[in-house]
Amino acid sequence: MSEEKKEVLLEVKHLKKYFDVETNFFGKPTAVLKAVDDVSFKIYKGEALGLVGESGCGKSTIGKMLVDLYKPTAGEILYDGKDISKLSTKERRKYCKDIQLIFQDPYASLNPRMTVGDIIGEPIRINKLMPDDQVEDRVTYLMNCVGLANHQRNRYPHEFSGGQRQRVGIARALAVQPKLIVCDEPVSALDVSIQAQVLNLLDDLKEEFGLTYLFIAHGLNVVKHISDRVGVMYLGKLMEVADKREIYDNPLNPYTQALLSAIPSTDITKKKERIILTGDVPTPINPPAGCRFCSRCFKKTEGCDTVIPELKDNGNGHMVACHLYDK
Amino acid sequence: MLLEVKDLETEFKVKRGTVKAVNGVSFEVDKGEILAVVGESGSGKSVTSLSVMGLIRDPGRVAGGEILFNGENLLKKSTKEMQAVRGDKISMIFQEPMTSLNPVYRVKDQIMETILTHTTMNKKEALKRAIEMLDLVGIPAPEQRVNDYPHQMSGGMRQRVMIAMALACDPELLIADEPTTALDVTIQAQILDLINRLREKLGMAVLLITHDLGVVAETADKVVVMYCGRVVEQATVEQLFTKPLHPYTQGLLDSIPKMDEDRERLYMIKGIVPDPIHLPKGCSFADRCDKCMEKCREHMPKLSVTEDGRKVRCFLVSDEVEGE
Repeated sequence: MSEEKKEVLLEVKHLKKYFDVETNFFGKPTAVLKAVDDVSFKIYKGEALGLVGESGCGKSTIGKMLVDLYKPTAGEILYDGKDISKLSTKERRKYCKDIQLIFQDPYASLNPRMTVGDIIGEPIRINKLMPDDQVEDRVTYLMNCVGLANHQRNRYPHEFSGGQRQRVGIARALAVQPKLIVCDEPVSALDVSIQAQVLNLLDDLKEEFGLTYLFIAHGLNVVKHISDRVGVMYLGKLMEVADKREIYDNPLNPYTQALLSAIPSTDITKKKERIILTGDVPTPINPPAGCRFCSRCFKKTEGCDTVIPELKDNGNGHMVACHLYDK
Repeated sequence: MLLEVKDLETEFKVKRGTVKAVNGVSFEVDKGEILAVVGESGSGKSVTSLSVMGLIRDPGRVAGGEILFNGENLLKKSTKEMQAVRGDKISMIFQEPMTSLNPVYRVKDQIMETILTHTTMNKKEALKRAIEMLDLVGIPAPEQRVNDYPHQMSGGMRQRVMIAMALACDPELLIADEPTTALDVTIQAQILDLINRLREKLGMAVLLITHDLGVVAETADKVVVMYCGRVVEQATVEQLFTKPLHPYTQGLLDSIPKMDEDRERLYMIKGIVPDPIHLPKGCSFADRCDKCMEKCREHMPKLSVTEDGRKVRCFLVSDEVEGE
């Protein structure tokens, strides 16, 4: 995709989400968890943007803010150029229809008392997308799209395997003809052989329905397979964003380098130099001053622990937040 | 030979019938060696490790086979004799470090418990040993952290405490059941590095249970691949990753997204794992196999030994039939 052809579908500007984890007697917060702290990025139409990071880095919180499950503490989410917090009721309905979420845990995200047919049909009925008598046909079509057989529609979620349940979740998300799907670790709970099936399915559906994905995962190899661009997060901050080839061939941020080298490879002929980080991810309640990664960084220099590096373009749209690249 | 598992059969009686979770599994672990058992959910890998530890409870039971540890059959030992082995000669670390540590005891009490049970040390010596162990697994300021409760530690630290506890009595065999599955990749790299270093330092053998082939490639010496309660392939790490012979192993390796190559589509193993109560008549993998032949649906292939010493259960490699 060339630069001028790209059309921005959704833009996030200086997004912040803080949670008050402790309050004093008067209800004033005494400890604030900074789950997402000043994050900005764009999602272009028709692309898959991958978002990776370890637990607690805020990637799922971003996903939840995009689908309006959390209200941002500060910052804007612009969809088609409009701030979603300022939408009218009617516009909001449309927005919620346009942006759908696929959850990580296919066991917890389906109502155990509803049949699969009802689960997939419900969003169509609620949004009154078509007359009631056509809903059944639409459900049949959707089930076919995700590789489920029509005779399974009257079964309950517990009768399905994990991979099949994830397919139900995908069909439900597709039911309202969304433009953007936020996939929150859709394959993390699945076995390797089933992971491949679901990843291929998501890839096919993207082509078929012209979808855009925000693909959240902790595994860099999974993200690599499905994404066009990748963003790496650490402790509420975006550390690096670039084309997937750039990120994997030429990672600039030391954290990205460490994250890439930590992935166990099945290629035993190539022995790679492993970067083993010391220590644990600090708590986001009291993040280190300066660069969030400085407490574990192996390329730490003066100033890293006092000044927060900004996400800057290092050429060819390769954005990186690290003092090593300050010029 | 340190551990020899011979024709192990473990079954569970459930309402709908009997599940043969482990069906005739054999393998050997040498002193100081890391053997990995790989397989997807329901392949019987965890049940195998629990059988070795003697931790199978109702409605499950070990229905047949032998587990020889230093030549002694563990299955013939009484509960009391097994208690003396567990935690001393063989110890285990689990997947979820939070649920396997007791939340109401301090870390030191939990590590000391093992030491006090199995050795003649007094409390003071045991505490010293506990601190040494925490230092060995790389916990900073062990004199202070030993007084912590599990909830005061992060996931990676808890797994280190579990390892410290497991190693407190210098076991000859460490069983690690998905030790890094619940951890982030950078922490996973730390823990795997730690297990590898300790193996070299202490000379213990490790039975590593995992579903992650990447972890196997980076840590193990030998691999056993399980599917539906049976061993389908057994080889050294070099052999398995350079030239997998069983179609299931090939499929598993191909379906992992690779870091260093770009592919439009991932290879898919079609279908899902069959119902363990109604396994197909022939090879359990037949329905999902791209190379399935007629006889695969009729007969179960035997785990046969190839020229270079690896074992494969597939008619493509050998015509031998199970039970003939």
